[in-house]
Amino acid sequence: MRTVGYFSRVMLVLGLTFLYAPIASLIVFSFNNSRLVTVWDSAHSPTLKWYVALLTDGEILQAAWLSIRIAVVSATVASVLGTLAGIALARLGAFRGRTLLTGMTTAPIVMPEVITGLSLLLLYVALEHAIGWPRGTGAVTIALAHITFCMAYVTVVVQSRLVGFDASLEEAAMDLGAPPATVFRRITLPLIAPAIMSGWLLAFTLSWDDLVITQFVAGPGSSTLPMVVFSKVRLGVSPDVNALATLMVLIVAAGIGVAAIFMHYRERRRTRDVQRAAAANA
Amino acid sequence: MAQLVSPAGRKLVAGIPMVWLTALFLIPFLIVLKISFSEVRLALPPYAPLFVAHHGVPVPELHLSNYAFLLTDPLYASALVYSLKVAALSTLACLLIGYPMAYAIARSSPTRRSVLLMLVMLPFWTSFLLRVYAWIGLLQSNGVINNVLLALGIVHQPLVMLQTDFSVYIGIVYSYLPFMVLPLYANLEKHDPTLLEAAADLGARPFTRFLRITLPQSVAGIAAGSLLVFIPAVGEYIVPSLLGRTDQLMIGRVLSDEFFENRDWPVASAVAIVMLILLVAPILLLQRFEKDELEAAPQVAAPAEAKAPS
Repeated sequence: MRTVGYFSRVMLVLGLTFLYAPIASLIVFSFNNSRLVTVWDSAHSPTLKWYVALLTDGEILQAAWLSIRIAVVSATVASVLGTLAGIALARLGAFRGRTLLTGMTTAPIVMPEVITGLSLLLLYVALEHAIGWPRGTGAVTIALAHITFCMAYVTVVVQSRLVGFDASLEEAAMDLGAPPATVFRRITLPLIAPAIMSGWLLAFTLSWDDLVITQFVAGPGSSTLPMVVFSKVRLGVSPDVNALATLMVLIVAAGIGVAAIFMHYRERRRTRDVQRAAAANA
Repeated sequence: MAQLVSPAGRKLVAGIPMVWLTALFLIPFLIVLKISFSEVRLALPPYAPLFVAHHGVPVPELHLSNYAFLLTDPLYASALVYSLKVAALSTLACLLIGYPMAYAIARSSPTRRSVLLMLVMLPFWTSFLLRVYAWIGLLQSNGVINNVLLALGIVHQPLVMLQTDFSVYIGIVYSYLPFMVLPLYANLEKHDPTLLEAAADLGARPFTRFLRITLPQSVAGIAAGSLLVFIPAVGEYIVPSLLGRTDQLMIGRVLSDEFFENRDWPVASAVAIVMLILLVAPILLLQRFEKDELEAAPQVAAPAEAKAPS
């Protein structure tokens, strides 16, 4: 046991180093003065000039604004649709089309993105040919595509949360005469609210970051942030992209920190409530 | 259970997502299938209609020419074989690195466990594109790794690492490692430690205990993790575009080039269909392991959820 445990701990440290070293290097070199990103110019570094360059770059800012709007809309619609699908799969038992729905919510997660992107664009083109809508591609077609692949993730998150809770709470409320809508509002929704929230955040992240599907379904004049970044880094390293990466890592780390504090607080309150209930019973 | 939702409610709850996914996921595939049997045209859209009216009756015109073309030009077969090889070896590497990591996390104390899980998941929440980009700076000839090796005198000439097979493997393993670790962790965490104690009491040595007890019990986790890495890796586009060889394309890039550069939509569709046919078996297999994967999913999605009592 000890040898197996020792080996696996060494691998864990190495694996985490492997995961974090590139991110650390991105951050360090975002403060480097030299345009040659990887050669440290100690005379003039650290500098914030790439951050200034990033935040005054009109193309980047415009693309970021488009990406944020698309991500908010996609994550919100995907959360609604994904929650419905998750409830259907976890609570409706056997229904017609269940296998199909299961397949259609699992497949988008692993489907190579080039296939999804191609198929959606061909759909748009065929639709435009047949009924005149959508007229060309742009923010709307991007959002429709993002909703479709994001809702699969929300479905999995919500479904697994519901599977984790058995239906007895909901059944008890039913037995006490609550109509289905009330059961949903008072019992089911509060139970799955954290899952819907993390599903929304996950969908936002995926939409914000998607490049491949977006490239297929974006029209001229609707470049999202990943598209602009990709066209920059295809030609080699670019220090303002390092600055962008650093800002994004900071935002994610801050978000996770806030979430962890929130969870900690909620758990403490829950423990306190349980203790209080026990004391009241005694 | 069945009465939880009223009949009309049931129709809506299952129906709305079903209609959405049919319209934007299923039907698009049928269109790809259809266009893959069409001929390229210099028109908009650039493919011939599949149905031609014969005396008022639409007759399907199925052309196999696109598929024949894929067979005759060695570019496609070579890209496909190369993609499968890269995906398979990357999956193996992810498994060899990810299994011990998942094992160590599953065996650590509960407080440390949630921190470690969060560390594995954090990269997943930051941009895929930017994390792949980071490797350009590390691997290029005047990059960080070469600078360190040169400074230490280990090499005297910068190593060529970027745009090689090596950089493709690094990029894919790096990007997909969390997808391997999380389902494996979800599996290993459920194992009953008393089995191992019993085996130890009966005199089994550590390695034997691992081989005969832990490994067989984690087959579902290995399968789910491997499929979650392998399937998307076959069609990977970003990693080979930024880090990959210029003389050997992967199939995802071939599809995209056919579409954007050659504007040959029928051939691009045929490439997509061939990829799909190859991936159908792994995707169906993944559905079978869906239960295990489902249990891993909340941890992928919700780092904070992982430690919430449920």
